[in-house]
Amino acid sequence: MERADVIIVGGGPAGLAAAVELYQKGVRDILIIEREAHLGGILKQCIHDGFGLARFKTTLSGPEYADRFISQVEELGIPYITGATVLQVTEDKQVTAAARDGLRTWQAKAVILTMGCRERTRGALAIPGERPTGVFTAGVAQAYINLYNRMPAREVVILGSGDIGMIMARRLTLEGAHVQAVFEIQPYPSGLPRNIEQCLNDYGIPLYLSHTVTAVHGGSRLTGVTVSEVDGNMKPIPGTEKEYACDTLILSVGLIPENELSLDAGVTLDGRTKGALVDENFQTDVEGIFAAGNVLHVHDLVDFVSMEAEVLADKAAEYVRNGCLTPCPLAIHTDRNINHTVPQRVSGKQSFRLSMRVNRPLSDCRIVVRQNGVEIASRKMKKAIPAEMIQIPVSAGKLAQQGDLEVSAE
Amino acid sequence: MIREFTCIVCPNGCTVRAELEEERQGAAAGEQTIIKIGGAGCPRGEEYVRQELTDPKRNIATSVLVKGGELPLVSVRLTAPIPKRYIFDAMEQIKKVSLQAPVKSGAVVIENLLGLGVDVIATKNIA
Repeated sequence: MERADVIIVGGGPAGLAAAVELYQKGVRDILIIEREAHLGGILKQCIHDGFGLARFKTTLSGPEYADRFISQVEELGIPYITGATVLQVTEDKQVTAAARDGLRTWQAKAVILTMGCRERTRGALAIPGERPTGVFTAGVAQAYINLYNRMPAREVVILGSGDIGMIMARRLTLEGAHVQAVFEIQPYPSGLPRNIEQCLNDYGIPLYLSHTVTAVHGGSRLTGVTVSEVDGNMKPIPGTEKEYACDTLILSVGLIPENELSLDAGVTLDGRTKGALVDENFQTDVEGIFAAGNVLHVHDLVDFVSMEAEVLADKAAEYVRNGCLTPCPLAIHTDRNINHTVPQRVSGKQSFRLSMRVNRPLSDCRIVVRQNGVEIASRKMKKAIPAEMIQIPVSAGKLAQQGDLEVSAE
Repeated sequence: MIREFTCIVCPNGCTVRAELEEERQGAAAGEQTIIKIGGAGCPRGEEYVRQELTDPKRNIATSVLVKGGELPLVSVRLTAPIPKRYIFDAMEQIKKVSLQAPVKSGAVVIENLLGLGVDVIATKNIA
């Protein structure tokens, strides 16, 4: 069996940032294991700009953003292998991968899970109708167009107002397709306002809220979809059906953290984030196994993925040096307006940054963090929307060593 | 007259309100006097709205063909935003280009696109 201080599963933005930061903290015996032929993860196909404003104070395309980290990995000589799929991570931190040169197993001191997320598919939505070709998730259409030079669509309907769906509405339009409309089942958009503006409004593409696709038509290729309005319980309203002729249906209906390996390793997941339950060190409930980025909770901005992975790396470096980290016995509870928080547990002894999402749009609200009934952090917000992750720093000075935390929006 | 804008400069997406003087009779179309701009979280938001009211500009990202590379395409973007009305003309120009691998990220693919003073640059390394 081979050995490494730290194995990083996945060479996307989270894994790359963690590797560079670990190296800078003096942990050099690292290995990044990447399944695809190149490092960079999903950023390779995100050719639009707007990345890096928070992390690098400049606007970059996805490949350029990834390259900032990849060049550092190369310059520092951080070891990585590509074309290697991790098949198993065990509770005692053995990692097995199917690599180009066969099956390899490492014993690590710490394992960092940065596998990212996957798109929800039509199967997960259970849309009735035929099963023709021409139904793609937004990321698959993006890979066809931006990586493989294949144009998958002429007449397009988009279901779901996720950011990738809207970005593909613009991309498809620029490449000569006609995007008829974007339909969103919820009464509010799931993507960022700036993407509604620059990807839909700029090209005259309408966004219909409280609408969904209720049937799919076509033999070998999609010929059209039926769209219905939905009521307050997201149930289609009979009599509101409208037919749209199209050859392509793009789905942008959510992302799910990819945690099959985590579950195998005995890591407990949070039903709300679909990612691991972690403490302020980004350590899961299996000691020495850490998680950050979209495998932990879906982010709207890659900048926050990198920054989260860098905090994780600082803590993982401490773990490798000392063999343990500050225990985190305090839980974080949420009220009915807050969907979830990351982390879910803290020590009460260190400062940390609390990430969260609200579960419905709120205006003129205050997000408040309390411990033992005492306010320890807060943020005023003109508008809080589920599409935007909210981050609030909590400083160690305000924290008591005992008593769970409570987060509410009021 | 009040017009609302969603700023696209950064992911905060501020709602910015511009108060405009009612269009005077005989004034040329689009010629509006800005009385006040408010609601932007930073000066770039105000600047964005001024630009939107006079000549909206956007950056575009697309790809060009590469021969002999490990991928058939290299992603490209513009070095600065161009007026919105030139977007489809720009796409047409960019589509005509074909490169030979290897291509370096940052390499100029088209200089001074449509005479607008911006370049098209590669954003990926293709070996």
